[in-house]
Formats: sequence, C-alpha cells, structure tokens
Amino acid sequence: MFSILKKEIRSYLSSLIAIITIVVFLVANGLFLWVFKETNILDAGYANIDPLFDLAPLIFIFLISAITMRSFSEEKKSGTFEILTTKPLTDMDIIMGKYFAGLIIVIFSILPTFIYFYTVYKLGLPEGNLDTGAIWGSYMGLILLSAGYVAIGLFSSIVTDNQIVSFILGMFLCFFFYSTFDYLGSFSFFKDTDFFIEWMGISYHYRNISKGVIDSRDIVYFLSLIGLFLWLTKIIFSSRKW
Amino acid sequence: MSIRVENLIKKYGKQNAVNDISFTINSGEIVGFLGPNGAGKTTTMKMLTCFIPPTSGRAFINDLDVEANAIEVRRQIGYLPEHNPLYTDMYVKEYLQFIASIYHLPNTSKRVSEMIELTGLQVEQKKKIGQLSKGYRQRVGLAQAMIHNPSVLILDEPTSGLDPNQIVEIRNLIITIGKEKTVMLSTHIMQEVEAMCTRVMIVNKGSIVADGKPQELKQKFSADVLLVVKFNNELNPAQLKELGQQAEITTANKNEYHLKGKDEEALKSMAFNFAVKNQLMLSEMKVIENSLEDIFKNVTR
Repeated sequence: MFSILKKEIRSYLSSLIAIITIVVFLVANGLFLWVFKETNILDAGYANIDPLFDLAPLIFIFLISAITMRSFSEEKKSGTFEILTTKPLTDMDIIMGKYFAGLIIVIFSILPTFIYFYTVYKLGLPEGNLDTGAIWGSYMGLILLSAGYVAIGLFSSIVTDNQIVSFILGMFLCFFFYSTFDYLGSFSFFKDTDFFIEWMGISYHYRNISKGVIDSRDIVYFLSLIGLFLWLTKIIFSSRKW
Repeated sequence: MSIRVENLIKKYGKQNAVNDISFTINSGEIVGFLGPNGAGKTTTMKMLTCFIPPTSGRAFINDLDVEANAIEVRRQIGYLPEHNPLYTDMYVKEYLQFIASIYHLPNTSKRVSEMIELTGLQVEQKKKIGQLSKGYRQRVGLAQAMIHNPSVLILDEPTSGLDPNQIVEIRNLIITIGKEKTVMLSTHIMQEVEAMCTRVMIVNKGSIVADGKPQELKQKFSADVLLVVKFNNELNPAQLKELGQQAEITTANKNEYHLKGKDEEALKSMAFNFAVKNQLMLSEMKVIENSLEDIFKNVTR
C-alpha cells in the first residue's frame, strides 16, 4: 500500500495537479475571505472564520473531483491497470494507497488556512476573543467532509476510463451528497421523513460538527459514507473478474 | 513443473476465447506460444497472471493455484503485458524503483542499476519513459518484469514493433534469461520461435493444435519433400514426361524444376540417375524444408 501511496503523491506533485489544486484553493479562499466585499471577514464585525467553512465544501466539490478523476481512469486507459493488478498487491492495497494519497494532498491544501485562524485570533478585540472550539470542530468537519469527497471521487474514477466523465460524475455525486438532501428536506414535501432526508446529506452532519460539538453519530455518518464508496470502488475494481 | 494448466476455459459471452486447453511447462524451457490474432494467446496469459479468472479449469504456477494463491503467484512471475503499458510521466529509474518497492526488495537501488545494465538502458536511464523510443520502452517493460528475479516469465509479444537490430538484442536477452528461468512468450512471428524457443505451442481458435520442439514439428507436419533441381539445358517434352512418371513435377523456371515426393533420398537419386541417363549436367540440387511458417499456415487454416 505504501509503495502505491508514495507513487501517487509523487505523480500528483510532478504533474502539478497537487500544486495547482492547493494554489487555486488558497487563492479562491483568500479572495472571498479578505478581498470581496460581501463575504469579507474584516467587515463582518465578528471575530470568526465561518465564511471559510461555508465556502470550502463548495470549492472542494470541484477541486477534489479534479484531483481524483485520474486515479483509476488514467490507469485503465493507458493499460497500467494491468501492471498494478498483476503485481503482488491486493485490490485493497491499491485502492487505499490511492485514497490516502488523495486525502493527504487535500489536507495539505487545508493546512495553510491556519494562517487565517491565527490572523483572526490576533485581530480579535480583545486578542484571542474567538470561539476556538467551534473552529477546531469546523476543521475536523472539513477534513471528514473532504475524506468523504475523496472516496466519492475515487468511485467516479473507477467506473470509467474517461477522465472528463469521471470529473463530472464526481462533481455531481459530491454536490448531490452535500446539498441535495438539504434542499429536499426544506421543501417539507415529504412531511415526517423530512428530517431523515436532511440527515442523509453531508451538510447536516458538517454543520453539526462545525458547532464544535463532536457527536459520535456524525463521525459514524462520515465513516460510513467513506466506507460505502470505498466498498463500491472495490466492487467495480474486482469486476474485471466477472 | 513451472506452469501447469488443466482444462482451462475462458468464455466471453457465448464465445470461447480459450477452449479447454491443458499443458505443462517444465522449468528451464523457453516456450513460444504461437497463433493468429484472436487465437487466445493473450487471454491464456492473462489467466496465468491472475488478471482475469478462468471460466472453468485450473492453472498452477510453481504448483500454486492462480486463483487461490493469487498474491503468491504474482510474486513468482514476471509479466510483460501486451502493448507494454508504462507510466509515461515517470522517469526510468523512478519507475523501476516503484516496481521494486512493490516487491519489497532489499537494496532497491542496487537491483535497479543491475536491471538497467542488463537491459542496456544505461544511456537512457535519466530520461522520462515518455521520451524513450519504442525499443527502449520495451526494455523498460522487460526490466520491470524481471526486477524481482522471478522463476517464471510470461511475455506477451515482447518484440512487437521493434526494428530488426532491437529484435535481435531483445531475443538474445531472452535467451540469456531463459537459461535459468522458465519463459513463456507469445508471438505471431515464426522466425522468432525458431530463433529462441525450445518448444512451440501453436494455438488456434482457443485450442492447442500443435505442441513440440521446433524440429519435431517440422518433421511431423512436413508430409512432402520439395526438391529443386537445375539442369544445364531445358528439358524436352519427352524427357519431361519421363521425369514426370517418377515424381510430381512442376516447372519453376527455364531450367529449374520442382520435384515433390515422400522420400528425400529416393528423390535425390532419381534426379541424379535421370541426369546421367540423359547426359545432362545437374547444376543445382537442393531440398526446401517445410518451414514452421508452412506448418503454421497448415494447422491454423
């Protein structure tokens, strides 16, 4: 697994995918949080970085799909899939290697936003007057959310050997799981099941964790989401044997 | 017993890509797997390397079942897939190091430089794989297949797309390796088999239609001997008729005739006696051997 992990990270770095992803993520966040009028932290009046945690899940829908789109599609298209699968590696070795490589790149793009945390901490009046618990919770939520997105992205990558198809499918699935259930729930169309429908979406659990209350049910939700998509990936991965 | 295959069948839908084949390959053999396109060569190799499972039947590598012990089997084989897929954006050394790390080889970098030397990649070792010519890519593919010193090598069309010089180099490389290991290679080029292999298996439409040493196959399948004789003069119709009574004859050239018969020696002495009797000078006499190519054409028709 570690040889795959290492190879994937090297190829992310050498193909500039990782650098571009991190730079785009930071530039987009930087503009929205510090420059644009409507979403500006400095003009908001409160010492918090909530806009970051509202924005990041949406930016990640694009960026994580872009990171993961090639992981299996490219191998399938170029035939190197056959090289990997005829080496002494289990299917899970290959999947988890690629999964953690994607996740590590995403976490590296989140890390520099600690500067925002520090800045707002310093700017608070009096200094340090902000809800650190909620922010740590939000970071944890964001990492869990991106872990879910990476699993979804890997799944979209294994179903096709076309990177564009996998990118679009990945974006759709991430978006679907992030906010569709929220909208459906808010129609109050399904009456009693409204809450359950909302509960199925990522954003409900993400908001919960963002409050700084780490509830085991939310953690279990994210882990099951990741597990579900990795399991689906494994099934499609083994489908060459059908 | 390096490779043992028992009643292997692979079905794609209703079509049988591999239709009930069985064979064993002993260690130290270089076996040529020969057949026209779509005969089932690649499919058989994919099953032996645990890439796809057989529909029914079993296959063993070093007495390990390819389905039950897939991981262990993959550790003991080196496989060069058809079309030699490679990561074109990786450097040669980086790629070989990656492959070596999958096998958890001790002293990776020493092994990598050994392989680079063995396959003659020294000049190109600092380049990206995407920049290499086809011949050098093929060497990278071979290096990748042999880096963990496997006892069984399975090579799917190792020389396809190479220029004549490269073909010779790759062949010599395979012959060198084949002294210690079991090699199974597929090809549809006859000369290749004659040049390298100690045993030939000809497959057609999913079945093995011929199996044996190249020499044996030649003898077994060459029913007729073709004798080319050349006289100093053109034969007149009477002489031609006389000769025609003793063997099947066709006029190839002005003074050149092709005699077809069962027995090589009898045919030769007949031609000689005929020349003496008619006071002709026999300027040339040679036997055209049935080449593997002809056998291939016959058995795969």
